[in-house]
Amino acid sequence: MAEEKKLFKVTIDNISVEVEPGTTILNAARQIGGDIVPPAMCYYSKLQGSGGKCRTCLVKVSKGSEADPRPMPKLVASCRTTVMDGMEVANITSPEVIEARKGVVEILLLNHPLDCPICDQAGECHLQDLSYEHGVSATRYEFKRRTFDKVDLGDKIQLHMTRCILCYRCVFTADQLTEKREHGVLGRGEHAEIGTYIKESLDNDFIGNVIDVCPVGALTDKTFRFKNRVWFLKPVDAHRNCENPKCCGKTTLWMRGEEVFRVTARKDVYGEVEAFICDTCRFDKKEAKDWVVEGPRNISRSSVISQNHYVKTVKPQETIEKVLDGRKPKLLMDIHTVSEVNRPGIDLSQIEGPAHSDDFNKKGVQ
Amino acid sequence: MGRKLLLDKAHIEGIRYYDVYRKNGGYAAAEKALKSMTTDQVLDEVKKSGLRGRGGAGFPTGLKWSFIAKPEGVPRYLVCNADESEPGTFKDRYLMEFLPHLLIEGLLISSYTLGANSTYIYIRGEYAWIPDILEEAIAEAKKNGWLGKNIQGTGFDLEIYVQRGGGAYICGEETALIESLEGKRGNPRLKPPFPAVKGLWQSPTVVNNVETLAAVVPIINIGGEEYAKIGVGKSTGTKLISACGNINKPGVYEIDMTISVEEFIYSEEYCGGIPNGKRLKACIPGGSSVPILPANLLLTTAKGEKRMMNYESLNDGGFATGTMMGSGGFIVLDEDQCVVRHTLSLARFYHHESCGQCSPCREGTGWMKRVLLNIENGKGKMSDIDLLWDIQRKIEGNTICPLGDAAAWPVAAAIRHFRDEFEWHITHPEEALKRNFGLAHYADPLPVPQPVA
Repeated sequence: MAEEKKLFKVTIDNISVEVEPGTTILNAARQIGGDIVPPAMCYYSKLQGSGGKCRTCLVKVSKGSEADPRPMPKLVASCRTTVMDGMEVANITSPEVIEARKGVVEILLLNHPLDCPICDQAGECHLQDLSYEHGVSATRYEFKRRTFDKVDLGDKIQLHMTRCILCYRCVFTADQLTEKREHGVLGRGEHAEIGTYIKESLDNDFIGNVIDVCPVGALTDKTFRFKNRVWFLKPVDAHRNCENPKCCGKTTLWMRGEEVFRVTARKDVYGEVEAFICDTCRFDKKEAKDWVVEGPRNISRSSVISQNHYVKTVKPQETIEKVLDGRKPKLLMDIHTVSEVNRPGIDLSQIEGPAHSDDFNKKGVQ
Repeated sequence: MGRKLLLDKAHIEGIRYYDVYRKNGGYAAAEKALKSMTTDQVLDEVKKSGLRGRGGAGFPTGLKWSFIAKPEGVPRYLVCNADESEPGTFKDRYLMEFLPHLLIEGLLISSYTLGANSTYIYIRGEYAWIPDILEEAIAEAKKNGWLGKNIQGTGFDLEIYVQRGGGAYICGEETALIESLEGKRGNPRLKPPFPAVKGLWQSPTVVNNVETLAAVVPIINIGGEEYAKIGVGKSTGTKLISACGNINKPGVYEIDMTISVEEFIYSEEYCGGIPNGKRLKACIPGGSSVPILPANLLLTTAKGEKRMMNYESLNDGGFATGTMMGSGGFIVLDEDQCVVRHTLSLARFYHHESCGQCSPCREGTGWMKRVLLNIENGKGKMSDIDLLWDIQRKIEGNTICPLGDAAAWPVAAAIRHFRDEFEWHITHPEEALKRNFGLAHYADPLPVPQPVA
């Protein structure tokens, strides 16, 4: 009979969970899920040694463990701090953490432009989400920002260092997925930048994954760049029998009609890929016939990408009439009497693909 | 006259050479430790002595040594941190330059205690001439049977290697030092694991400062208990202080931590007072990273007692009314000195030395520097003072290594104690500019990052 594993009990924002020893606070929080999961810009569970650099995942350890209940003196990086039995952690319940995170966001945005309207990462950028959640509407930084020209790292990947937040994820990816060191961080301090060794290009057959791991729009796919906004595309899960033994061949196709605009690895709710894919799948297989489509990709409803991708929804039960003893609520104004845009008779979840003005012009539809 | 344990033989001519050092009682402690004491006994003496790390943090050395993991078949390392780069601190340079054999003897006893057979001296790149002195001393020690195989027939082997750093301040941080020693970029590692468990080449490692390791020699010579009698409270033994700034007699002094700050600044035995009879304005007592204190708080503690030159007294009341002993880099400012310019100078240093690994330090130090540059150059706004305060709070405690704190504390302390001076710069921009002598070097000297061609 196998020996029963001792689990550590950790409480994060007053919610307890039992996890295996060696689990980090971040991963324990991910097991609980929801709002208490700290954000992470540099940690990537699939990359060894990543994390600890961006400082967005800082949390407060208010109780070290059952054995040593003293709190930790400073905020700690949840992605690199392992749990202890009886540990108590405050994330969103700690004003200190929220304040520190706001500070980190402000600092990350000192040099990173908020140019989402033209950035190819808009809609799937973690820094964009973070700045909406923790940022302020204006920066206090009044100095010249650092800017760089765009650089082609090979024929398929473009680096725009201006947007880079030096999370090191792409460096870890290149180091761990490819057979030779492709690129790294050059320079020190504020002068640090991502670069290749004496202008060599990134040409390894797995190097395309640096695009997927980039949390911002610093590394982009040249075969997709500016061809579409991600929220106009329909993500579908697809697979093919890839000849590369290291590639799982399971991808997400970003389609509009029958046209495949982009191929990426499948990402989970934390924006991390489930398995890395090869460059052939990513860059060369852009025909629908190359793929076996499995079905629509399940995208979080809160994501901007889910906009216009209607799935059958269960309408919530109206409770107001019950509460008011059957009386209907008194409306101050019915929007439909003054606007023809929003028609309650049209069920958006019944429309295939993005809604179009034609859908609203159909006869008989009110 | 305070008791001297480290520099007691410094005045002897030729003491840097083995023969003179040996003739004057050198290597007696090593002989005693290796021939008549077990490693546990040596460790016990170091614990009894209450010796605190002299690099700045002041962590008990014996306790630090006792943390070292002892897995079977895995080598252990001792690394001597000679990357003395803190502005205002130059005491280790003095020790290495004039008493290299004292350091080697300290390394020998410490390595024996820790069970390390390979020891590294990681020395600051700018100390260009000192590695040669150390190499020469190491060769002499080896020739006389104090290094190499089977030292003095005790069966203990030790090799000491001198490694020059590239001149990066961050490499004084123990994990960045280890990375650099391994031939990598000097970026600090995230802790845990601590070096005592996984340090150099993933093996248990102890990193100690030069002065700390040198202090092990008198501890063994006179005994831990006797050593602990010198000083006061938890500030035991003697401490080297490198004094500089507006004082009549800058230099390296050995004190026994029972003298007052006032005595240290004004007595003829130490700094000899302030030149031209000027008044004392402020002082940074522990190297540039510790908070600055104005004269009134420097001479008197929060409790109204005389401020003493020891860990507890200098820290009395925390940062609101106190500072830190730090590495002992004692920088004195007279009444003519400008705290704003001084703070800018430090901010420039920390910005330049940030490794850039974590965001608050990489971006925040530059931001602070630029705001300070504006204030110094008469372009500041009143809101800039609160902005500076806010930026330093965003950096402090939120970075991977203590460089962020080191950059934040001087700014915080300068605003806390000299806010009126910042306000004067902002309300009198032209006078501030005149006072700044129109120095061109106070324009941002760092090149703006150039776009990749």
